[in-house]
Amino acid sequence: MISIKNLHVSVGDKPILKGVNLEIPAGEVHAIMGPNGAGKSTLSHVLSGKEGYTVTEGSVTYKGQDLLALEPEMRAREGVFLAFQYPVEIPGVSNIYLLKAALNAMRKHHGKDEVDALDFLTMVKGKIKALEMDEKFLYRAVNEGFSGGEKKRNEILQAAILEPSFCILDETDSGLDIDALKVVSKGVNALRDEARSFLMITHYQRLLDYITPDVVHVLADGKIVKSGGPELALELEAKGYHWVEEQVA
Amino acid sequence: MTTQYSEAYAKLENSLAGSSLSWLSELRTQAKEQFLERGFPRLSDEEWRYSNVSVLDKKAFSPVSDSELGHIDIADLDSYKLADCWTLVLVDGHYSASLSDLDGIADAVIVSSMVDALKNHPEKVKSYLGQAVDLKEAGFKAFNQAWFSDGVFVSVAANTVLDKPLQVLHVVTSAEVLANTHHVIALGTGAEATVIETFIGCAERYATVSVTEVFVEKNAGLSLYKTQLESDKAVHLGGVYVKQARDSRFKHTNFAFGSLLARTDVHTDLSQASECDLNGLYLGVKRQHIDNHTRITHVEPYAISKELYKGVLNDKARGVFQGRVIVAEQAQKTDSDMHNHNLLLSDNAEADTKPQLEIYADDVKCAHGITVGQLDDKSIFALQSRGIDEETARNMLTFAFANEMVNKIKFKPLHEQILTQVLERFPQAGIDKAWL
Repeated sequence: MISIKNLHVSVGDKPILKGVNLEIPAGEVHAIMGPNGAGKSTLSHVLSGKEGYTVTEGSVTYKGQDLLALEPEMRAREGVFLAFQYPVEIPGVSNIYLLKAALNAMRKHHGKDEVDALDFLTMVKGKIKALEMDEKFLYRAVNEGFSGGEKKRNEILQAAILEPSFCILDETDSGLDIDALKVVSKGVNALRDEARSFLMITHYQRLLDYITPDVVHVLADGKIVKSGGPELALELEAKGYHWVEEQVA
Repeated sequence: MTTQYSEAYAKLENSLAGSSLSWLSELRTQAKEQFLERGFPRLSDEEWRYSNVSVLDKKAFSPVSDSELGHIDIADLDSYKLADCWTLVLVDGHYSASLSDLDGIADAVIVSSMVDALKNHPEKVKSYLGQAVDLKEAGFKAFNQAWFSDGVFVSVAANTVLDKPLQVLHVVTSAEVLANTHHVIALGTGAEATVIETFIGCAERYATVSVTEVFVEKNAGLSLYKTQLESDKAVHLGGVYVKQARDSRFKHTNFAFGSLLARTDVHTDLSQASECDLNGLYLGVKRQHIDNHTRITHVEPYAISKELYKGVLNDKARGVFQGRVIVAEQAQKTDSDMHNHNLLLSDNAEADTKPQLEIYADDVKCAHGITVGQLDDKSIFALQSRGIDEETARNMLTFAFANEMVNKIKFKPLHEQILTQVLERFPQAGIDKAWL
């Protein structure tokens, strides 16, 4: 699905990613853990096309294409989805309007007609129920006045409707209480299938109790320093990131 | 050059509202003296420092009598009339009975032209007219009171609810015309009403001066909308001056989209536990200059004032917001909140914003927030990351910024009208109205 080779990224003159190598095959869930400042969020931003980052070396191939050459909206239309760590509030645009505009942009890109209004509503209402969200959320401005948990659920709702091939979850679990985490995880697990890949960025092992990854990577100082199965996350939780950094040094 | 207007009006004096009433002649004479002494405001007047209205001196706009009214395109007029409303139409500053629709209004409510009100209810009008304006202040109030030709008089009896909103439609038909009108809206104790002032005109240069005095008695509530859709060459000076009694509510929303030069004053005095909610949306393009001036005086304790004004400015347009909140010494427990946000779409657009808080009481809550900025890159990226192209994202966010104010309109026909206007005035590629 996605192949990241020797990726070096700078912000201004400061190198943040220093040679990341990562392969995520279709259908797999990979978790990236690491201390603050390791470059986790930079990785998610670069993959989704946010401005302000310079790729100085390396490549990212997604479904056989050079991902870094695509505008952010083209990446999205090709199936890359970023669930934001800090979802933005957009006063004046309702959730349902955004969902419909986004879905139609995707459909147009793939040569399909605009979605039928009634079908769309039925589909959205089904998905919103699965995420235990109130239908009223649809008619409220995007993320305006939402609690932290509601914002994160809203990101997952967008993923559920846009049905991307490659989902980047950027600290989707941060700040959630256990009940909200369960709901969000349930939403993510419902999206798992053999054609869809996930990159989960997290600080906390707790998320992995609810979404079991195929592979866990540790990112430290701009590089992946260790990879392993789900048990690696438990070991990290017990021993701290310091342990990995020492092993590498 | 203030004399040009006194000469022009000298010829029309007998056609001005209430010309046979001596008390009114006296009011007009006082105002005329005040105006001749002071003239229109200058940049050196603190509350007018951002808005140059010297065009009114340099250029002679002409008042017209009610026998000289210009031609009206009825179909065009009808497109601005709102459904489910009482309608009162003023053409070039004069009431038109044939274009208005007031038949069947409840007996407890008076809605009429100022000319008719001065004939039929002179004592009632007398108790209000001129009571909410201070002629000594710099502005256009003295000019207005000296020579207003007509206007609207609304009086809602105690504990009466005006069953439908009243739309006052101001139309100017011809180039160089000056329409100068004066209005009174008086709500008795516990009364409720919604009034919409709509300003439209021909595509030429003309001038509108409109002063509305509002009296909201105890526990009454008035929702007053202003929809300013004047020609992009017009000069518009409008003012709303309000006296709020105890426990009253006053809500004003100004949609200022038209005019080359527009100024709206909203001044209110708050009695105990009364509440005012002032809102505005201004959209400026090309060389438009749109000024909103508010003054809220907390005279007594426990009153609440809220203000939210938003502006979108493109090209070389300039938006001005001056928000003055005065909290008198005895107005303890005042709760006041003022916000002005400006979105600049061009490097040459300008926003001047000036919050002024004058607090003489010591136990109050007064907040204010002001922003002037461009579209937020994070929001643009957030939309792009959902597959929406950058141009559409920018259009959506610009629209959304304005739509926050549009969405506050609860009356559907007005909501529809304003929404359409906003969409017409800004880039809308990629915005699907049916889904808003």
